[in-house]
Amino acid sequence: MTQRLGPHPSWRSAGLALIIALFVSLTVTLPATGAHAQSAPTSQTGADPYLGLTSRSLDDVVSAVDAISVSGDARARKVLDALGNNQLYTWKYPRPDHGLFIHDTDAGVWLDARTGAKIPAPPFLQVRRIVANDMVTGAIATAEGVLDLSSPNAGTRRKAAEAIFESPSASTLPIVQHALAHEQDPRVRATLLQAEAADQLSLSTTDQTTQLAAVSTIAARGDMAARNELASLSGAPKAVAVAAATAIKHIDFSLKLWSWLETVYYGLSLGSVLLLAAAGLAITFGVMGVINMAHGEMVMIGAYATFVVQQVFRAYAPDLFGASVIVAIPVAFVVAGAIGILIERCLIRFLYGRPLETLLATWGLSLVLQQAIRSGFGAENQNVATPDWMSGFFMVGGLTITLNRLCIIIFAFAVVGGLMAVMRFTPLGLRMRAVTQNRRMAASMGIRTPWIDAMTFGLGSGIAGVAGVALAQIDNVSPNLGQNYIIDSFMVVVFGGVGNLWGTVLAAMTLGIVNKGLEPVAGAVLGKIVVLVLIILFIQRRPRGLFPVKGRAVEA
Amino acid sequence: MTRLSLTLTPVIIIGVAIILAILNLATPATSALHVSDFVVGLAGKYLCYALLALAVDLVWGFAGILTLGHAAFFALGGYCMGMYLTREIGARGVYANANLPDFMIFIGWKQLPWYWHGFAWFPFAMVMVLVVPAILAAVFGFLAFRSRVSGVYLSIITQALTYALLLAFFRNDMGFGGNNGMTDFKDIIGFPLNRSSTTTALMVISAIFTAAAFLFARWLVGSRYGQVLVAVRDAESRTRFLGYRPEYYKLVIWVVSAVIAGIGGALYVPQVGIINPGEFAPANSIEAVIWVAVGGRGTLSGAILGAVLVNFGKTVLTGALPGAWLYALGGLFILVTLFMPRGIMGTFGRRAGAETSLPTAHEKQGLAAIDGKAADLAEAGADIGDGEKTA
Amino acid sequence: MNAQPIGAVSGDLLYLNGVNKTFDGFKAINNLSLTLAKGEMRAVIGPNGAGKSTMMDIITGKTKPDTGQVIFSASTDLTKMDEPAIAKLGIGRKFQKPTTFENHTVWDNLLLALAGDRSPWFTLRARKQKSEAEKIDSLLETIRLTDHRHRRAANLSHGQKQWLEIGMLLAQDPELLLVDEPVAGMTDAETEQTAHLLRDINRTRSVVVVEHDMTFVRALGVKVTVLHEGSVLSEGSLDHVSADPKVIDVYLGR
Repeated sequence: MTQRLGPHPSWRSAGLALIIALFVSLTVTLPATGAHAQSAPTSQTGADPYLGLTSRSLDDVVSAVDAISVSGDARARKVLDALGNNQLYTWKYPRPDHGLFIHDTDAGVWLDARTGAKIPAPPFLQVRRIVANDMVTGAIATAEGVLDLSSPNAGTRRKAAEAIFESPSASTLPIVQHALAHEQDPRVRATLLQAEAADQLSLSTTDQTTQLAAVSTIAARGDMAARNELASLSGAPKAVAVAAATAIKHIDFSLKLWSWLETVYYGLSLGSVLLLAAAGLAITFGVMGVINMAHGEMVMIGAYATFVVQQVFRAYAPDLFGASVIVAIPVAFVVAGAIGILIERCLIRFLYGRPLETLLATWGLSLVLQQAIRSGFGAENQNVATPDWMSGFFMVGGLTITLNRLCIIIFAFAVVGGLMAVMRFTPLGLRMRAVTQNRRMAASMGIRTPWIDAMTFGLGSGIAGVAGVALAQIDNVSPNLGQNYIIDSFMVVVFGGVGNLWGTVLAAMTLGIVNKGLEPVAGAVLGKIVVLVLIILFIQRRPRGLFPVKGRAVEA
Repeated sequence: MTRLSLTLTPVIIIGVAIILAILNLATPATSALHVSDFVVGLAGKYLCYALLALAVDLVWGFAGILTLGHAAFFALGGYCMGMYLTREIGARGVYANANLPDFMIFIGWKQLPWYWHGFAWFPFAMVMVLVVPAILAAVFGFLAFRSRVSGVYLSIITQALTYALLLAFFRNDMGFGGNNGMTDFKDIIGFPLNRSSTTTALMVISAIFTAAAFLFARWLVGSRYGQVLVAVRDAESRTRFLGYRPEYYKLVIWVVSAVIAGIGGALYVPQVGIINPGEFAPANSIEAVIWVAVGGRGTLSGAILGAVLVNFGKTVLTGALPGAWLYALGGLFILVTLFMPRGIMGTFGRRAGAETSLPTAHEKQGLAAIDGKAADLAEAGADIGDGEKTA
Repeated sequence: MNAQPIGAVSGDLLYLNGVNKTFDGFKAINNLSLTLAKGEMRAVIGPNGAGKSTMMDIITGKTKPDTGQVIFSASTDLTKMDEPAIAKLGIGRKFQKPTTFENHTVWDNLLLALAGDRSPWFTLRARKQKSEAEKIDSLLETIRLTDHRHRRAANLSHGQKQWLEIGMLLAQDPELLLVDEPVAGMTDAETEQTAHLLRDINRTRSVVVVEHDMTFVRALGVKVTVLHEGSVLSEGSLDHVSADPKVIDVYLGR
């Protein structure tokens, strides 16, 4: 903007400014700052609250920011925003009008800060930007909080009260109390009371009874901010200090509890991922005894099915994109299940009873499937989007719960629940169990065992595919997706006890929680290693897992 | 075949190695007969793989332990050698620090960790090449065999073992160079690695070790110990009721096999010039199993043949059709297990000695066991061969 | 290493006292008590699921009982030992289904079974010895497999495998032989020969035979123990137990 001005006028004004500056700097600025720095905010309302901004002293600017926040001036917010965004200018050398200008770079216009009126661009050499350092930005945050206290939106008011709580100062106490007098919303009131307490504590003149009450108000919050508040308390009377220390102890305890709950939640989240990955294997390996090393690739195929479904939605029904994940579930099940049946018919049925050969052949198959996906889709990660309804989070006490994780936890349990229902209540499940328990007997009772084998394997593979839909939400969809889960899946199934779905559930959750519990102590990688080693040792102690399927070979 | 392959295999290995060496060193580069350093290097690499394959065949073919983690021992041997070679770089590294390898300086370490001491001394490093895999194998094997973990369970935990090591060696603070591993080696006991005479010498040494390991393995499986081992493979509980302790028999072969794999890894590193955690990848271990399956499980000479053939195929295919290699390897796994379970030597070598043939019978019993009660895999594994409950 | 002289001292060789074993709620062995004198041969019969094989498993250390004692040679508690230790103590076991080393020759099967050091260290250094060859030759004679000595066990007939396994048991030189259904799948002639063989063996060793074949049991002509639901139902001569109404009830249904 300024570049467009001709050199002449600006140079002329620069000369003029120099003379004025010499004068003004001596007469105006100094007394003005003195007045502002000492005065309490409430006594300021009559004066020009913006005056201090023009001072070169950052302390003055900070005081001014405080003053503006309580001035009740309609322009206060705009000016503070401009200051925060480095858009506020004043004369380089003070002039009697104490000009304050906002350079709205987005709109490309200059405004008079006090009135909001559009003005011609001031000569750029005669103005300087008012620099906001950390101290000033902090003050702005508080000030904006104060302004927000009178917002019509309860959420904004509450946030503002929260902001004051987090950086309390004596200056905001009257404002908080003023707001309290009018506040109706109980949640906002509660926060305001906490903010008031914090302000009171920061004021050394508060009497002991009030301080004790304030400590207990703050302690009742029970979070990290409350702990910091209490911990920063200094120079308080002994009784107050003791009360604060006790409160801190309590808070520490409850914080520990929350962080413990958080670990459990993260553990459940990881556990549900493991459970999803292992659920299909619990069928193919656990029930059928087939060592399917291509199991991970079934998961991967499910993830790619999700990707394809989303592509279709993007192309043909972008409005319904939120439903793509739901649609992907049956698609992934059918695709992975069909491939599973194909694998069983063409490969695995020739290898029944030769577990080690099955292991090798299916490993070979996994290489082929990976390479096929790589040839078809490329080696790079594919973008699978999380629909809006699955993003976001909410708080439960001190716990942040992200929606997509929650969805996966619920989904994992739903899948396993469904699987158990299929095994228990459907004719297919009945036949599967019959074939598992006594193949020859089942065959002689007219069950087509090869068909049941194929269906069982298809079911396990289909479940793996469904797992892929969920895992696509949290992991990179690439040809290597499956490889990352195969060892974990086997660990879960073996750990839980082969052939026992409940065992699989419990093993997945245990491993998830132990893993997450170890992470803060040992770090993510070391934690995983420790878990692996623990499982290796565990399998050697109890080769049949946590919950071995009991029973005894039939005596001939 | 037994007698013949006993003498023929080492003769072929060392003979081919010497011919390659002569053609590399004694002919001018322009000659049609000249064998380039690249080819010599490849041959050396294949021989290291052959050592790994021999190790796998000893435990899989003769003790029935399908290991999916033998690359771990290979890599450990390799790391021991890598540590020696790294110390041998001395002050010739980027940071020119004679006391600390470059990667340690890079992560801000001030002094050599205790477990690096001694590796600058070649004989110590070579002892470690044998001892480190042996100790890991002994501890793991003792725990696993004592508690009678067998069959696929054992396979899966061997894979978990190498996976855990993979993760561990990826960590920088293990002090083994993390992700990048160790590389940029200069020389081995004073011989520059980039000189073609060194390359050739390493290849010939690999051939000698391969031939020696083969003869040792033959002696081992031909001894009464080997007979008991096969008996354990075929009918473990029978041996137990005869008073043998199968866990000790397995442990011995397991440790021996780990040491052979470690030697393979140690010879491999100076020839390829790098060792990194990728060597621990579970896929590597499984690939080694397929070499043995292709060549013929339980034949020893087949393991060597399989390692060389499959890797030759890999070299050719990855050069010509990079995308096709995984298809070929995957297909190989499937076809061999389906149509050629005895491998090349098992199928064409016929007249295999009694102790080297495939344990088809016990697998049939395994089938019965799984048919009967698939859920009870662990016991099926443990009972493979005795089968007294499955009739 | 075993085979103390038989018959010199009167007393019990094997003594099961109040043995219980439950598999997942199923009482396989129920307060079983049984005594076997030194030098005795005993036939154990019983319907399917009576606990015959489990009893064998408990004696040989494959299965640990929940409660009860298994005393061998008046002093050794077998429940504290595992299979190899019990085998070395002098208890040999033949499985229900003949279990030989299929990939080894008949000769090698017997060689591996011969009493001796069982450690890997020993077997690594072991050389062929004349004394071993002699023992094996005489065993081959006993089990009538001399002509088949170089055949692989896998290629033997079912009956031959049964005999080979009995031969392996003898090679172990045990004090007590536990023989599970030795004549299953044998021709009548083979059955008779087997009965003869076992009686022969019994001259120097104690034997427990589990068998379904009543002709065979009769041919053995020894004391019979009838197991039912994990405990002893009846004991005595074959004629005696055959006349026992409890046994008739169990065998002929209720």
